[in-house]
Amino acid sequence: MRISTSWIRDLVAVPEDQTGRDIAERLIDAGLEVETVELVGAGLDGPIVVGKVLQIEELTEFKKPIRWCQVDIGGTEPSGIICGARNFAEGDLVVVAPPGTTLPGDFTITARETYGHISNGMICSERELGLGEDHAGIIVLAPETAEPGADASKVLGAGDEVLDIAITPDRGYALSARGIAREVAIAYGLDYHDPVENPETLPGPADERAPAHCASDDLEACPLFTLRTITGIDPSIPTPQWIVNRLRDSGMRSVSLAVDITNYVMLELGQPLHAFDLDSLQGTVRAGRAQPGEKLETIDHVERELSTDDLTIRDDRGPIGLAGTMGGADTEIGDETTNIALEAAYFAPDVVARMGRRHKLTSEASRRFERGIDRTLAPIASARASELLVELAGGTYQGMTAVEAPMDERAIEIPTDLPAQVAGMDIAAATTVAKLTAVGCTVEQSDDRLSVTPPTWRPDLTDPADLVEEVVRLVGYESLPSTLPTAPAGHGLTHAQRLRRRVGTVLAARGLIEVLTYPFTSEADANALRWNDDDPRRISPRLANPLSDEQPLLRAAILPTLLTAAQRNVGRGFDDLALFELGSVFLGAAGSKAPPRPGVTQRPSDADWQALEGLLPDQPMHVAAVWTGDRTAKNWQGSGEPATWADAIATAQDIADALGVDLTVEQGADPAFHPGRCAQLMIDNAIIGHAGELHPSVIEAWGLPARACAMELDLDVLMQRAPLVHPAPDFSSHPVAKEDIALVVAENVTAAQLEQVIREGAGELLEDVTLFDVYTGDQVPEGHKSLAFALRFRAPDRTLAAEEIAAARQGAIAAAEGLGARLR
Amino acid sequence: MSGPNTEFDPKQVAALDAQAIESMVAEALAGIAEASNLDELKAAKTAYAGDRSPLALANREIGALPPAAKADAGKRVGQARAQVKKALEDREQILIAERDAQVLQAEAVDVTLPVQRNPIGGRHPLTTLMERMADVFISMGYDIAEGPEAEAEWANFDALNVPPDHPARTMQDTFYVESPDSGVVLRTQTSPIQIRAMLERELPIYVVAPGRVYRTDELDATHTPVFHQIEGLAVDEGLTMADLKGTLDHLATQMFGEGIVTRLRPSYFPFTEPSAEVDLECFVCRGASVGDPNNPCRTCGSEGWIEWGGCGMVNPRVLTAVGIDNQKYRGFAFGMGIERTLMFRNGVTDMRDMVEGDIRFTRAFGVDA
Ligand SMILES: [Zn+2]
Repeated sequence: MRISTSWIRDLVAVPEDQTGRDIAERLIDAGLEVETVELVGAGLDGPIVVGKVLQIEELTEFKKPIRWCQVDIGGTEPSGIICGARNFAEGDLVVVAPPGTTLPGDFTITARETYGHISNGMICSERELGLGEDHAGIIVLAPETAEPGADASKVLGAGDEVLDIAITPDRGYALSARGIAREVAIAYGLDYHDPVENPETLPGPADERAPAHCASDDLEACPLFTLRTITGIDPSIPTPQWIVNRLRDSGMRSVSLAVDITNYVMLELGQPLHAFDLDSLQGTVRAGRAQPGEKLETIDHVERELSTDDLTIRDDRGPIGLAGTMGGADTEIGDETTNIALEAAYFAPDVVARMGRRHKLTSEASRRFERGIDRTLAPIASARASELLVELAGGTYQGMTAVEAPMDERAIEIPTDLPAQVAGMDIAAATTVAKLTAVGCTVEQSDDRLSVTPPTWRPDLTDPADLVEEVVRLVGYESLPSTLPTAPAGHGLTHAQRLRRRVGTVLAARGLIEVLTYPFTSEADANALRWNDDDPRRISPRLANPLSDEQPLLRAAILPTLLTAAQRNVGRGFDDLALFELGSVFLGAAGSKAPPRPGVTQRPSDADWQALEGLLPDQPMHVAAVWTGDRTAKNWQGSGEPATWADAIATAQDIADALGVDLTVEQGADPAFHPGRCAQLMIDNAIIGHAGELHPSVIEAWGLPARACAMELDLDVLMQRAPLVHPAPDFSSHPVAKEDIALVVAENVTAAQLEQVIREGAGELLEDVTLFDVYTGDQVPEGHKSLAFALRFRAPDRTLAAEEIAAARQGAIAAAEGLGARLR
Repeated sequence: MSGPNTEFDPKQVAALDAQAIESMVAEALAGIAEASNLDELKAAKTAYAGDRSPLALANREIGALPPAAKADAGKRVGQARAQVKKALEDREQILIAERDAQVLQAEAVDVTLPVQRNPIGGRHPLTTLMERMADVFISMGYDIAEGPEAEAEWANFDALNVPPDHPARTMQDTFYVESPDSGVVLRTQTSPIQIRAMLERELPIYVVAPGRVYRTDELDATHTPVFHQIEGLAVDEGLTMADLKGTLDHLATQMFGEGIVTRLRPSYFPFTEPSAEVDLECFVCRGASVGDPNNPCRTCGSEGWIEWGGCGMVNPRVLTAVGIDNQKYRGFAFGMGIERTLMFRNGVTDMRDMVEGDIRFTRAFGVDA
């Protein structure tokens, strides 16, 4: 809500010395967020005057049409001024910046030769003067607004200040001068005279034409509907400048006098009004739900298909407006309209809000109805508008018809000391009563309780807590003491929370850099990762309103979004990368066509809560990493070491080690990876992730350096296996016996398989086994390789005898022979 | 015996007298002292203690002496040889030490050369900042609560007193999953974690909930559609706004320094009533820049206060929605944006740096923001 301080001052006697900024600070303290305070005509320096255009000579010899104008600006001789605008005629009053005046943007007017004439000033638009955004043409003042030569800055309201206030959804009443002025009055402790409390008397109805009739077919959605009839307005009468200024300062454009009056009254009192062209109506104007299949062209010239849930304004022919949101084009008042039916009503906030969402349509009116307007205001506001139409537009008031459901007023009972209890500070009972009264409540005090009836313009005040807020905010949050509650002894981090931090630290210590990517991805990414059609990762939740239609899916793996981060770094000239991310992935479908919607007046049943949980996709925590280029940089000690598939596997193993979990590595086959360089990471025979070199086509799809590597695993599964307590080791101090064996096996036998059988065959005396050499070449048969293992034997209770060692060694070899190995 | 004694000279028996032995020793000691390296010492050893050294020869003559003289001469020669042997050993130790020192000196390197490193990487400053803020609450006895990012609309809105057609639903631009009526959204705030905490935990509840949230904003220097919040919730008997203020003040002090406090301004959130915006006293200028154009403060824009988050007393309707007796219990809740906190705390000027994953950004923070 934008409002000028002059308008506030019309309604409340703010001390003269208070600037817009001062007022803004008071309002901020009271909870109205004033975002900016702007000076009307900021940057304007020097006089601007009202000019009367005496003569226009059209200059046609230039690229664009130019006017050479003689303008009376109050001097003895008219001023000759060149002007490029065309929205004025001889006799019009305009605004002239004479030579010497500086316009916003530090543009000083000088008398200068242009288009073959000496131009003695400039005829200005709103925007050129820094008054508003309108630059469709120059300002044309209504006839007789002022004499030529008069101070135009006064006429235009320059020097006024405009507060721009962000109104929170609970404070609908502050979407009006009436509501803001009340807050200003409370903040300054000044008397406030509500403009609504003494409505002026309407002229008596004339009988020439019966008032238009109205009805409400849905008293829940529209419990109050009024229609006043004003005939015989003169559509040629322009809007007085003071109304134009007020509308402009509040961010609205002047359209026509009748429309401007409805907007002005809405801004003043907070009641949206709609003016119909009376002659275009047929029969009774009523509020009612749309019928199936109905359509309506609204005044923004969009044809809208209506839902039977839409509340429409209708006449005998069908819908003529979306209630409280936007009128229809057919019944809109136009340049020729002389007879008006003025609608003022109360529409239920949820009905208007739903309609706005459905039609993706908000308007000044709907913003107010959505937040809840004063339930009693409609006839008062339309009386005010009718008077202005009579007074300013020359109309004749014909009368009003109305329909209204009974209104229930509910008192809220609170303990008198509730505000003090909640705030945690002393607030005297008298203060509580005074603050509630100031916001318009009727307060009855009995013993230690208050019975509080909120005013009709505060539909947001429904609960004791709402009253507490009113009292405490007006006492001032700055008065709150600062105390610390005593929480019960806590539990510290959970196991999983500790482990997640640990994984992050281990990865960083390993040289990897954490990134946090947006988890948005696409089918194209899944294709680029070569996922099979039946890959479960292809089923992940789809957003109804994604940021980009190209990334409508939530990620089922971190890899695609992490690869994109790598790609960005490569694009910025960093080829040597090691990135990781810890984050949620989203697996499976989500939502339902008919999701459960438990109420909010009690705890949801276990069944309802489970049903809600059942809507959600699985969201396990994953960890992923990607490497490109060199792991260590080239320097004087040698060339850089490339990051390889081995780094990817080693990192997964480090994570498992850090968590104290046994991770098994097997030859894997994730399609995103190089088919021969992919490890599947296993826990208890279940695959929890993959590591290795990426498939060349994946590398190409993301534009990464050749041989980029990656790793991703399900951290949740890993963390579930992590021991809470690590038992102390039990180790022997007896001597170790070391034996090396080199085994020749077929190429397809993996190191892990061989190691596994060696462990089994060597028996309990085996302490450790380490692969220390892999050889292929002339020394072994074609299709074979030699793997050399260092075996360490040790007994818990004795020094091993040579025969025992030999037997254990032989056991390992014999077991390896089971895989076709022979000792080299 | 090292060889035939061809140079045997009987006259040398005279050398066994005391004076002659002394001069042999003196000569030997001088020769040993002159040896400047181990090779020279080896030669000196041969010359003065070898088989053909004067003292060795003298020793050999002892046998030829009359029995009365044997003992006397034997003692004299023996002492002399021991003296020379000791001198040789001492000198050898010195020379070995000198040689070792020279070797080490020769092995000296320029330790300032840039060495081959496996530099540590970095944890994202948003992660570490969130942890640090959470730890302040851990120390106060709070637990860390968590919840899913794809969340039931009921928990994200309905239970937080945002009914389906309430304008507050459009305050936050929501990502809907599948269809707008699916009942699942990407949580727009960490507040649904409050709902989960209240449904799942025993009273009293003191939890802090850091996490990732989503709104349909376009990415620019000060907005990102995916961002992080930290949320606090306390539900207990007799909690007050003063307790809320004190808790926020404590957080401010722990994060920004002794004496830094918060300021509350009235505001509106559906899930709290009363509600407030939380401002942080500027920890850089502590308000000194206000009204002093000569000392502008970039951190607070010379306002003295920095907008930090929102807070309030838990709306009793929210307690009702999770089955907590709102006559007996009161709660307070607060929430801050982590990105925003990182911006003003660490001087990040463009939010895009936090989301693009440029390694230069995270690396600069190391493993702690
Ligand atoms: Zn500052």
